[in-house]
Amino acid sequence: MKIIVAIKQVPTRDSQLRVDADGKWIQEGDLTFEINEPDAYALEEALQLKEKHGGEVIALCLGPARAAQTIREALAKGADRAIHIEEENLTGMDTLSIASLLASAMKAESPDLILTGLQSDDFGYGQTGVVMAEILGISHATIIMQVEVNGGALRVKRELEDGWFQHMTIPTPALLTIQSGINKLRYATLMGIKKAKTKEIKRITTADLAAAPAAASTLDKVYMPQRTKQAMIFQGDPKVTAAQLVEKLKFELRVI
Amino acid sequence: MSSVLVVMEQQGGKWHRMSWEALACGVELGKQLGLPVEAAVVGSGVSGLAAEAATKDISKVYAVNHALLEHYTSDAFTSAVEQLTKQTGASFVLFPHTYQVRDFAPKVATRFGRVLVSDVVSVRTSGAVTFVRQLFQGKMNADFQVAGTGPTFASIQAGAFRADSLAAGSAAVSEFAPSIEASIIRVKVDAPFRESSRAVDLTAAELIVSVGRGIKDKDNIHIVQELAAAMGAELAASRPICDAGWLPMERQVGSSGQTVSPKVYMAVGISGAIQHLVGMKGSKAIVAINKDENAPIFEVADYGIIGDLFEVVPALIAEVKKAKNS
Repeated sequence: MKIIVAIKQVPTRDSQLRVDADGKWIQEGDLTFEINEPDAYALEEALQLKEKHGGEVIALCLGPARAAQTIREALAKGADRAIHIEEENLTGMDTLSIASLLASAMKAESPDLILTGLQSDDFGYGQTGVVMAEILGISHATIIMQVEVNGGALRVKRELEDGWFQHMTIPTPALLTIQSGINKLRYATLMGIKKAKTKEIKRITTADLAAAPAAASTLDKVYMPQRTKQAMIFQGDPKVTAAQLVEKLKFELRVI
Repeated sequence: MSSVLVVMEQQGGKWHRMSWEALACGVELGKQLGLPVEAAVVGSGVSGLAAEAATKDISKVYAVNHALLEHYTSDAFTSAVEQLTKQTGASFVLFPHTYQVRDFAPKVATRFGRVLVSDVVSVRTSGAVTFVRQLFQGKMNADFQVAGTGPTFASIQAGAFRADSLAAGSAAVSEFAPSIEASIIRVKVDAPFRESSRAVDLTAAELIVSVGRGIKDKDNIHIVQELAAAMGAELAASRPICDAGWLPMERQVGSSGQTVSPKVYMAVGISGAIQHLVGMKGSKAIVAINKDENAPIFEVADYGIIGDLFEVVPALIAEVKKAKNS
């Protein structure tokens, strides 16, 4: 089975975010980056499917030059090769233009299965996978917690809301968006890291792909959210703040 | 005719509660732009639900009925909503931002060469229509505008608009029968199910101490466990903790876990992504302990300590014990 995993590089989870000078994005200079967490689970699922059923895992990433680090890590974990669509200006695109570029790169590979995380931790649109499937004309299923290969079809477990699930059968080629927690993530081994150095990363630019539609939706500005509710905040010596909070728990909330 | 169309969600004849919030957003937008507001409910045998929606102060409700819409599939729903959007000529098409909508609404938008502005928290209409979305799991807000021709698609986040703001009225109900061939449905869906019954019922808990990613390691969970024990609280967790297997899934609070409303919900090392907030926003009081003063959890908190949980939690345990013994 030929599997493409679409991965994205995002700022690390505990990043202190600040708005940049023109108010259009965040200051990236002092941030560190990592693989988008749901994409890490998608990659792991692809690797496990390959281990069970054979085939090839290709990591595909649309992102700036710094994303090469995240791609290397995917190769070190076991992806066979990678395609990096180098593009610095992601904030100037919308989901349709991004999904069009990714789909165009995928088309040339004719994969049996495309996996990606259910959403990104930065933009959080939660739709790039679905839009790619529509552009490619293949079926999809979202928020997947289990994948079984069943001949030319997949049997997947979809997460619904409030603790409900659903099984469905979906023909290949297919696209699945993967939920965090579907599997247990592996670490790259030393051997894997070594091997990754010899694996192919094909670097292309957006000019190598079919032209994407211009962005219809544009990001006008970013800003820190205004607090609508004012919390009573304690800050400083932990012993003092703990005592202050317990005072409230005891005398205002009356739960102690 | 130009209008605001709100596609409401039902399953098995029951409303998804977020449908009314999306409708409230639609009414607000319609009022500001001077456009009529129409609603639609999609399924099989949904005319009764449509009549119910028609008791609100909107201009029209479409009952989109078809046997192939009885069980949700993205293929059939995409086709139905695509046809309805064309038929009505709506300039805005709004959805509640549910799991189901995330599964098919982006497909509908793509068919029109448009994007879905997903997970919208507010809408402004002074000048160009501006949709506000959260970025970085709620740490930042961003304004988005939609240009070009064609309908504008958006999905509305839970809790962003108030369902009780909807005024009573009497709208016309109109049947809309989309044409759907069985052959367009490529997937086969089984009936939804729930995992074996939950051993832990967090919904009945009066006090909950909940732990998140800030705890860093499985070996640190015990300090929060001790705090819960000292307070006489149930222990809960945000999704990443359960994903990692540090606590069982049955202790998870949030959109994919349990929805709780205790007297006090204490969030320890939880940043407050929307998926978590929807599961605990209804708590009578929320206490947050987090080292990041910009963490979105402080948005909903009544009391907060900004500090390192590894220092604060042991101090809290000591203080709680002291208070209980005095």
